[in-house]
Amino acid sequence: MANTFELIASSTVGLLGASSIDFSSIPSTYTDLCIKISLRGDRAIELDDQIIVKPNNSSTGLTFVHVRGNGSTATSGTVNRTYVPAAGATASTFGNGEIYIPNYAGSANKSFYVDTVAENNGTTGYDSMQAFLWSNTAVINQVVIAPVSGTGFVQYSTAYLYGVKNA
Amino acid sequence: MPNPTRIEINCETGVESIIELTDAEVAELAYQAELAAEKKAEEDAQAEADATAKAALLVKLGITADEAKLLLA
Repeated sequence: MANTFELIASSTVGLLGASSIDFSSIPSTYTDLCIKISLRGDRAIELDDQIIVKPNNSSTGLTFVHVRGNGSTATSGTVNRTYVPAAGATASTFGNGEIYIPNYAGSANKSFYVDTVAENNGTTGYDSMQAFLWSNTAVINQVVIAPVSGTGFVQYSTAYLYGVKNA
Repeated sequence: MPNPTRIEINCETGVESIIELTDAEVAELAYQAELAAEKKAEEDAQAEADATAKAALLVKLGITADEAKLLLA
């Protein structure tokens, strides 16, 4: 059970938007990392976009397992389905989510989860619980969050990076 | 018009930098977005086709999805 939860860094996207949010030089002094996100993508027309979470800015060696729902059906699969609202969703809504990376400074491959909800005031609203596996034994000292189909996150999107210690 | 930017936060120094993408990075971003959109459209179309075929089969068999699950259990 975690007994400390410390804010390491945070960011709020400004007026021009941002193609990615990049936490670099993350100290290795914690047990786990937790990132709280509130994001909206700029993907045109569509209700939703996906995000990709790249440890050490690498998408090589990433694999996924997800279960998702959209308000009427639930499915699962092995592709990336981490949802944030996009331009077609209700104006000014932001998707909430959490990224939790346990044992990020260890020497084993890194598995972590990304749970997201793409807020939308309508009958269709996407949410997803997804496991990531990064088949790489390197210590994670950088995490990059970026949209998959759109070109960026809109103004007022936020990300808060916390360090978690279990002792 | 300036290129899009990315945000980098150095967790050691606490310094946040807003960095303009190079033209090559912008081109790569657009290319990757196009690939992702195509891939997602294909996957979604396949999933929809599978669901439609499954529903048609259930109608043809005259059973519900729950009854089909019972048969396969």
